[in-house]
Amino acid sequence: MTPARRERLFSVVLILPAFLFVLIFAFFPIVHSFWLSLHRIVLGLPGLGEPFVGAENYIELLNDRVALRAVKNTFLFVFVSTFFEILFGLLIALVIHERFKGRGIVRASVLVPWAVPTVVSSQMWRFIFNDKYGLINFLFFGGDVNAYRAWLADPVYAFVAIVVADVWKTSAFAALLILAGLQAIPEDLYEAAKVDGAGWWQRFFKITLPLLRPALLIALLFRTMDAFRVFDLVFVMTQGGPADSTNVLQFYGYKKIFAEGMMGYGSAVSVLVFLISFVVSMFYVRMIGKRMFR
Amino acid sequence: MRKWILWALVMVIVFLSLGPFLWFVDTSFKTEVEVTAIPPVICPSGSVGFYVSSIKNYRLLSYVKNSAIVATLTTLITILLSLFAGYSVARLGLPKRELFMKALLVVSMFPQISIAGPVWRILYRLGWLNTYQGLVIPYVTLTLPLGVWVVASFFKQLPEDLEDAAIIDGCSRLGALFRIMVPLSAPGVFTAAILVFIYAWNEFFFALLIMTRQDVQTLPVGIAMFQGQYTLPWGEIAAASTVATVPLVLLVFVFQRRIISGLSAGAIKG
Repeated sequence: MTPARRERLFSVVLILPAFLFVLIFAFFPIVHSFWLSLHRIVLGLPGLGEPFVGAENYIELLNDRVALRAVKNTFLFVFVSTFFEILFGLLIALVIHERFKGRGIVRASVLVPWAVPTVVSSQMWRFIFNDKYGLINFLFFGGDVNAYRAWLADPVYAFVAIVVADVWKTSAFAALLILAGLQAIPEDLYEAAKVDGAGWWQRFFKITLPLLRPALLIALLFRTMDAFRVFDLVFVMTQGGPADSTNVLQFYGYKKIFAEGMMGYGSAVSVLVFLISFVVSMFYVRMIGKRMFR
Repeated sequence: MRKWILWALVMVIVFLSLGPFLWFVDTSFKTEVEVTAIPPVICPSGSVGFYVSSIKNYRLLSYVKNSAIVATLTTLITILLSLFAGYSVARLGLPKRELFMKALLVVSMFPQISIAGPVWRILYRLGWLNTYQGLVIPYVTLTLPLGVWVVASFFKQLPEDLEDAAIIDGCSRLGALFRIMVPLSAPGVFTAAILVFIYAWNEFFFALLIMTRQDVQTLPVGIAMFQGQYTLPWGEIAAASTVATVPLVLLVFVFQRRIISGLSAGAIKG
């Protein structure tokens, strides 16, 4: 065997364990989900067997109002929360990119929400939005207890609360990706612009924003895909309620498969979720182009 | 003027980042009466009653133990596999490596629900529901993309002559990986380890599906399920949340620089 061939063989052997993990526990399950979705499978009723039902689950899914509501909610959540995360992420990145005393500590503080477990931040915001002694009620109504609202029992405010909790936790991540983009912009560009008499806003719109485009797109990609799988917040704060106003796809799929035991039907939901996120991610990857994989 | 605006913004950002969580920490040191008081009590009496109660009545220590075991095992296995895979991708001219990296990116992005059913069935057949290995397996799968991306990006920055020299001196390829590459990119490997550990420590979705028995549940599941007899035990929830989060906050403050470079390396440089 030539050394070059030996080296290639060795490279394949080295990657094999990681490859097998991903193949068996990620790719196979995706394909298998599709197979399961063509069957009627009820966990806890093994006596029924697992009859093949063709597209029946998908036809049911198209007529399932709660599922359609979950699709709508998920898109709305993704759109609104990602918008604010990129906006605040950009603002935070611009601030922590500046040189000032104690910048390290400020950067670490900004990272704290990112490190807080989502279940913890969910409970925390649930407490802050609490109807009887939550901080939000106190901030709005002071000691006037009669005016206090049950925010999480209101369809609109419950949704807003979940967006707030998500934006709080993940803006820092967007900020870091954008910060990396800022650091890649050569300082001389700004110096030259200053010499030419460009003000802060002009420099921002003419230099910073255009050169930041790739970093912004990557932050957008990561935040969008992550927002698609929102689950912990909904599970802890609202359980999808009130009246399905915060029911999102990942939560709905979980409920169907694991709470109601509808493995077949729930798998149809899983396949739908996968297809949606696959299309969206492909769209982004096209936009970002090859530079990520060099 | 500009300086003042900057400082004001810094203050607002720091306040909004830390404020909500500090409020929860604050709550954990209150007494039952102080938690529900209006107006809210800002300076708590410093009671550790909720900590004692969450250990005695809510199995806090058992959750901590399970989380520590699962997160540690996940980190060790993921990092080992990432070293192999990262070396293969960054150095050995693996055929189709671009495809492999893209596949990893896809894995790291799709919603967990799209694999949850079949993964649950596999673990059920193996009898691994409610076991540590049953949870570690999906965690390794889901953290491998991050691990491989970060490790590979650090490996690529090392000059190739070092390894070549070692190999000419009779070092095997595997020897070169562990004697040259790993020590030289120790900061990168360590960064990847921190990120993987935080992921495994915080993960909730799979932990919820796989660990249905209380004695094997991890912290996030425990905290999500805290339920009092009549009302929610907010004090205990806050205490357990503090215990679950403080180690991570310490990691962040000590390794801020590495975490930032690791996150952006994993996401951008590839």
